Amino acid sequence: MPHDLPDGAPPHSLLPPDPALRVKALETLLTRKGLVDPAALDEIIETYAHKVGPRNGAAVVARAWVDAAFRARLLADATAAVGEMGFAGRQGEHMVVVENTPEQHNMIVCTLCSCYPWPLLGIPPGWYKSDAYRARAVREPRAVLADFGVTLPEGQRVRVWDSTAEVRYLVLPMRPEGTDGMDETALAALVSRDAMVGTALVAAPA
Amino acid sequence: MSRVHDMGGRFGDGPVVPGAETDAVFAEEWHARALALTLAAAALGRWNLDISRHARECLSPSDYTAFSYYEIWLAALADLLVARGVVSRDELAGAAPEPSDLADRRLHAQAVAGVMARGGPVLRDGPAPRFAPGDRVKTRRPARNLEVAGGHTRLPGYAAGLLGVVERFHGCHIFPDAHAHDQGERPEPLYTVVFDAAEVWGTAEQPGDSVSCELWESYLEPVA
Repeated sequence: MPHDLPDGAPPHSLLPPDPALRVKALETLLTRKGLVDPAALDEIIETYAHKVGPRNGAAVVARAWVDAAFRARLLADATAAVGEMGFAGRQGEHMVVVENTPEQHNMIVCTLCSCYPWPLLGIPPGWYKSDAYRARAVREPRAVLADFGVTLPEGQRVRVWDSTAEVRYLVLPMRPEGTDGMDETALAALVSRDAMVGTALVAAPA
Repeated sequence: MSRVHDMGGRFGDGPVVPGAETDAVFAEEWHARALALTLAAAALGRWNLDISRHARECLSPSDYTAFSYYEIWLAALADLLVARGVVSRDELAGAAPEPSDLADRRLHAQAVAGVMARGGPVLRDGPAPRFAPGDRVKTRRPARNLEVAGGHTRLPGYAAGLLGVVERFHGCHIFPDAHAHDQGERPEPLYTVVFDAAEVWGTAEQPGDSVSCELWESYLEPVA
C-alpha cells in the first residue's frame, strides 16, 4: 500500500499502480487544487491527435520538390521557410531540413529522449520513442532500416543525426521518378511520415 | 558515469517494430491525458523543459526500464510536483487537496493554441564562437555535468572522447547543463559535430557512414 512506503520512496510511487488510474489521480488532484483546467487538456489532445501531424511535413516536402526557390530557402533556414507555410511553435522552434541525395541518406534519432519536430510531424510514433530505435539507430542504422524493409542503393552513405539539442530535424526525401506531371497535393500524398524521419524512402507512384 | 536514458549504441534491445502512420497518435486514452497534463503543469512556470527532462532521467534505472514512455512522463511529473512544492506527498497519496497560490497561473483552454504556437525558443545572445565549420575538435571525456554529480548533460556517453569535425554553427543556445539545475541560461555556442562511424563504434556498417550530434562549446576541445 502507498501509505506503507518509507519517506524516502520517490513521490511517484505514492500513486496507484495502474497507469490509467495514476494519470486520473494526478489529473483529479491538480484539477481540485485549481491548477489544471480539464478543458485545456482536451484542447492540447485535440491539437496533437487531429490537427498537427505528418501531413504538415509532407506539404513542406512537396513544395520543396516543385519550387526551387522555396527548396533553397528551406535548406538555408528551415524555421523561416516552414513558417511561411504557417508551421511553427513548440518543439519546432529551431528547424533544420536535411536533404537525401544519391550520395547520402539521412536518418533522425534522439538517443537521450524523444526529440521530434512536432509542428511538422506531430507527436512521435511509438517506434521512434522505443529503446530499440534510440539504442540502435546511431550504431547500426542500416540494420534498423532493414527492420523497416529498406535497403539503400550500393554506395550511398548513411548519416545519422542525433537530436541532442533543441534543433529539430526533418529529412527531405528524394523525389521519385515518374512524378513530373504531379501537383503538390498529389506529391504530398506520396510522402510518408517515416520518409521524413529517414526510415523509409518515397516510392514512385504505382 | 551515465544514467539509464543515455542508451545510444547499447546492445540487446531487439528489433525496431515499425508502426503505420494511420495508427492512433495516442494508443491509449491515458497516454493523451499524461502528455496534456505534463504540458499543462509545465505552464504553471515552476520548472523549465530541461528540469523536466532531468526529472525523467533521475528515475531509478529499474523504474525507467520497467515503465512505458508515458509512465516515465507521469512519474517524473509526480516527482517534480512534489520537489517544487506544488503538491504534497500526502496529497499524492490521497489526502484532501489544499488550495494553491499557483491557481492564477492555470493554463486555460483558450490560451492553449497561443502557448503551443509560441513554443520556447532557446536562441540567445552569447559569446563569439571559438570554432568554425571545418574545424577538428575532440569531445570531452567522460560525458558528465561538470558541476552537478549525475546532473543533466547533452553529450551522449557514446560521443565522449571522440575526434570530430564542426559542420555548422547554430548560434548560442541556452546551456542545458546549467538550465536543468536552476543555474540560469548561460548560453553557449552550439555546433553540429560530425563523427565518422568507425571512430565512434570501432567499425562502421559501411565505410563513410557518419553520426552527428549538436554539442555545446564547452563539450569540445580544439585539435591541432
